[in-house]
Amino acid sequence: MLLTLYGSVARGSFRRHATYRAATFAGAFTNTAFGFILSSTYLALWHARPGLGGYSAEAAVTYIWIGQALLATVAVWGGGFQDELQARIRSGDVAVDLYRPVDLQAWWLAGDLGRAAFQLLARGAAPLLVGALAYRLRLPHAAETWAAFLLSAALAVTVSFAVRYLVSLTGFWLLDADGVRALVGITGMFLSGMLLPLALFPGALGAAARVLPWSAMVQVPCDVLLERRTGGALARALGFQLLWAVLLLGAGRAVQGAATRRVVVQGG
Amino acid sequence: MADVEDGPGSPAAPGAGGGSAPPVGRLPGRTAWGLRVWWMTAAMWTRSAMAYRTSFVLMTVGNLAATGMDFVVIALMFRHTGSLGGWGLREVAFLYGTAGLAMGLADLLVGSIDKLGERIRLGTLDVVLVRPAPALAQMAADRFALRRIGRPLQASAVLAWALAGLHVDWTWDRVLLLPVMAVCGTVIFASLFVAGSCLQFWAADAAEVQNTVTYGGATLLQYPPTVFARELVAGTVFGVPLAFVNWLPALHVLGRPDPLHLPEAFRFASPAAAALAAAAAGLLWRAGLRSYRGTGS
Repeated sequence: MLLTLYGSVARGSFRRHATYRAATFAGAFTNTAFGFILSSTYLALWHARPGLGGYSAEAAVTYIWIGQALLATVAVWGGGFQDELQARIRSGDVAVDLYRPVDLQAWWLAGDLGRAAFQLLARGAAPLLVGALAYRLRLPHAAETWAAFLLSAALAVTVSFAVRYLVSLTGFWLLDADGVRALVGITGMFLSGMLLPLALFPGALGAAARVLPWSAMVQVPCDVLLERRTGGALARALGFQLLWAVLLLGAGRAVQGAATRRVVVQGG
Repeated sequence: MADVEDGPGSPAAPGAGGGSAPPVGRLPGRTAWGLRVWWMTAAMWTRSAMAYRTSFVLMTVGNLAATGMDFVVIALMFRHTGSLGGWGLREVAFLYGTAGLAMGLADLLVGSIDKLGERIRLGTLDVVLVRPAPALAQMAADRFALRRIGRPLQASAVLAWALAGLHVDWTWDRVLLLPVMAVCGTVIFASLFVAGSCLQFWAADAAEVQNTVTYGGATLLQYPPTVFARELVAGTVFGVPLAFVNWLPALHVLGRPDPLHLPEAFRFASPAAAALAAAAAGLLWRAGLRSYRGTGS
């Protein structure tokens, strides 16, 4: 019963995002353009240092295109449901949401998974396809790898959702969560491996980045598709993502509880 | 413009009270009026942003850090190699600083114009059009965000660091090229913002396409032209005039060979390119505004 409810929330969100065709095309176009720009810079770097970080030049370029495919889906930068939830917190409408016989966090998570599914299809597949036509990409042949990647991407979205949810909840105290959102977004972009594979980060910074939740958003799914994590390492990578998802969703619930108990809702 | 200071007595919206009557006719008068409208609208939005002071401070810091991350990535790349496309770190920092400064100033001054599609969709562009003030000036300053000053500040710091470490024979023409790059680069990026947002007159949802030339362009110009395919570099000279922001003048400042082997004059042609870009953007804006039909709400 409940599952069908959240299922229909996810489906509705998928369909809703599918209606913005021009925006989706524009986004995929931009992802593709950035894919080309960044591929050239990576090729220059790997031309100077072949095999850097354990990536061949081919794998490095593939890393760029997977990153561009995941950019909108995983929403490391922030976005998705956040504008809507923050507006409801600011206006006080969230009080109505809390009265509903559904769980607030699960409701928004279902919606965000629906959004992510659409964006992986539309804004993920298109740039990856263009990239594969323009460059020799190191994409896997085994169906299991693709299945593991999809699972890893779903976990990545869940971890990202949990972080974004926490960020938006700060609006209960700050009224305007955009400042926190900007800071967390930047931290996330850098530490997720979206800008540069974490293997290229120096010593302690790299070690820290690899265990922080942001690496579960981009670095891990990229490495899964590049077959850098197989067998036991693959299971550990997925477990790492799952652990952060559970921890951060739990933190979100705790903060949500504190917010609803202690904060007087805006709008009276 | 100095008579319109921030203060409790300033008008809430341009044309709503305190502003002088809009002049009709001559271009200089209209330009001055447009600048005044821009200033008043920007001041209004700045006061409004100050209502959420924590958020403003965090977002300004965030803006500084966000653009700073780009440079950290470049610095991390240079931990693994001494040169990228034959250019050293200080030279790339020079490109980074000049591109970021121009892009950041343009974003600060007119970047808000990318909300045009949203206004068209909601029907609120009509409100802009009935005010006795130039629509372009109003839209450029709409939701003006002072926090965007983070990018030009951070880019200037990187540029200063680059200039301190570069071994350049500072002849007068090289010195002169620096302010020329900043001004012309800003004009070129501002023109791209305006021209790109004009697309939204015809496709209101397609705001993100313009990011390709603005944010994408800024990313492109952070790296040496030698990194990219010759066709792409040629496209930034003869198509979207990004190369005039910093690539071409930087070749002269840094004494680098031109990968496209263009005539020397191209390295000094930024003012002409900026003028052309601004004129083209202005014409596009007029065409877009003329073809605009309200949503009927």
